[in-house]
Amino acid sequence: MYSLETRKLCKSFGALVVAHNIDFRLAPGDRHALIGPNGAGKTTFVNMLMGALPASSGAIFLGGDEVTRVPQSARVRRGLGRTFQVTTLFRSLPVLDNVALGIAERTGVARRMWRSASSYRDITEGARSLLAALGLADDAAVRVADLPYGKQRLVEIAIALGLKPKVLLLDEPAAGVPSSESERILQTLEKLPSDIAILIIEHDMDLVFRFARRITVLVQGAVLVEGTPEEIARDKRVHQVYLGEQHG
Amino acid sequence: MSGYSADPRIRWTEWLPWIAAIAFFFLMPGYLSLGARILIFILFALSLDLILGYAGIVTLGHSAFFGLGAYTAGALGAHTGITDPFAQLAAAAALSALLGLATGAVILRTRALTLLMLTLAITAILLEIANKWTGMTGGADGLAGVKVDPILGWFRFDLYGKTAFLYCLVMLFVGWWVVRRIIYSPYGAMLTGIRENATRMHAIGAPVYWRLVLIYTISATMAGVAGALLTQVNQFVGLNVLGLEPSGDVLVMLILGGVGRLYGAFIGPVVYIVVQDTLAKQYPEYWFLGIGILLIFVVLFARGGVLGIIDNVFARNKKTL
Repeated sequence: MYSLETRKLCKSFGALVVAHNIDFRLAPGDRHALIGPNGAGKTTFVNMLMGALPASSGAIFLGGDEVTRVPQSARVRRGLGRTFQVTTLFRSLPVLDNVALGIAERTGVARRMWRSASSYRDITEGARSLLAALGLADDAAVRVADLPYGKQRLVEIAIALGLKPKVLLLDEPAAGVPSSESERILQTLEKLPSDIAILIIEHDMDLVFRFARRITVLVQGAVLVEGTPEEIARDKRVHQVYLGEQHG
Repeated sequence: MSGYSADPRIRWTEWLPWIAAIAFFFLMPGYLSLGARILIFILFALSLDLILGYAGIVTLGHSAFFGLGAYTAGALGAHTGITDPFAQLAAAAALSALLGLATGAVILRTRALTLLMLTLAITAILLEIANKWTGMTGGADGLAGVKVDPILGWFRFDLYGKTAFLYCLVMLFVGWWVVRRIIYSPYGAMLTGIRENATRMHAIGAPVYWRLVLIYTISATMAGVAGALLTQVNQFVGLNVLGLEPSGDVLVMLILGGVGRLYGAFIGPVVYIVVQDTLAKQYPEYWFLGIGILLIFVVLFARGGVLGIIDNVFARNKKTL
């Protein structure tokens, strides 16, 4: 059984088709990359998987159950987590609170309104241990807005991991990060639990080819080719649409 | 202030409003009716702060719940013979909660200007109903002769406003205690998360819409209680509890005090009502000009309201030291 599967997934805005019959599968523990030129529909695909954007047609399955019409919050409870292409954090809150909010949602504590939030030691300790694992222990009390951008990207990952996802969608985790810090992000990704299925969207080809065991190339909303990094590297069509004719 | 990193223990400064209120009771016995009015508007502003300051719900229609609470207490006291003050409060709270739930479930699906206009429409509709339903509300003449029993069978509302002041103070204390617990709880932290970044809250699995509907209902309940208190204290209710004006007044009070800071809801009504009372005596036709100038000053130079100014002064002193 696949952790995540889409069948003939389509999305269009009027006459503009941004996703066309996408068939995609992710097994437990997969390390899969989704690449493609700008405007290929990668983020749209992630938004449809999450439920942030309704699909026009087709179906999405999580752990074998269809979730095409299931709201985003319920998909997250079923084990779907994501990071955003553009950092989407609680900027005026401390790093600890950013992670704790996610853990509180997962554990059902977020609904409670009597005891103080800080008295839920399991939540704050859980957040601290996650931050420690990502090398952010010293930043727990720092406001996110005051963090360097590379660390903000790591906070994105920490929040997603706090949800204990079975499937993690990483939308350009190294976007806007200096190459020195993208190495740190790659190291973090390599240390993620092996049972999590990970789909990464990334323009940094070095990171993609080092991290992913399979790659799907998306062009104009449709799957062009899928294969191992070696197969993708050899594929002439990928060279043509992704790197330009002169490389073909 | 709230959240998983916050210390929920009550700081000594948080007792100051209560000490000031008790001192006011003994030192200014001639102003207790005005004091009771201030306490009621603090409760009203506190209810608005819960949704505007903490959950980020912008509204121009909060008077709908205040007015419904006021008319519920008034109608019960004037028409039905239900004159027990707590029964009136409970009925006002229940009806305001129902209205909050019903309207919140509809309007909280919208955002920004649409939300603002819908909230305004709700209070405008209630105002028109109150205006036309003269048999129940007294229409433009207002509803006089609202009967309220002595509190707990002992404490009769007196001319000097002693009972009214203490009654409102106790109710405000209960309201403050509830609000404080909520904002320091995981639910309060979650509300701050929604205000900060609703997209992220969706992505961590929060059912944002339902969470907002719940806090909107709680806030409506509190506003309804505040409205009922106003009726009980005055033993009269008029159309001025509904519509844009009281919604705008409480919003201005909150902005003056400081939005999303809990005690901004305490300072704002004090400043607003004292300035209003002072200026209205001197310049009965132009007192609103004074409020307007004050508001412009706060918006331009002190975005955090009076509490923001105090924070800045303390921050500068710390740097100097």
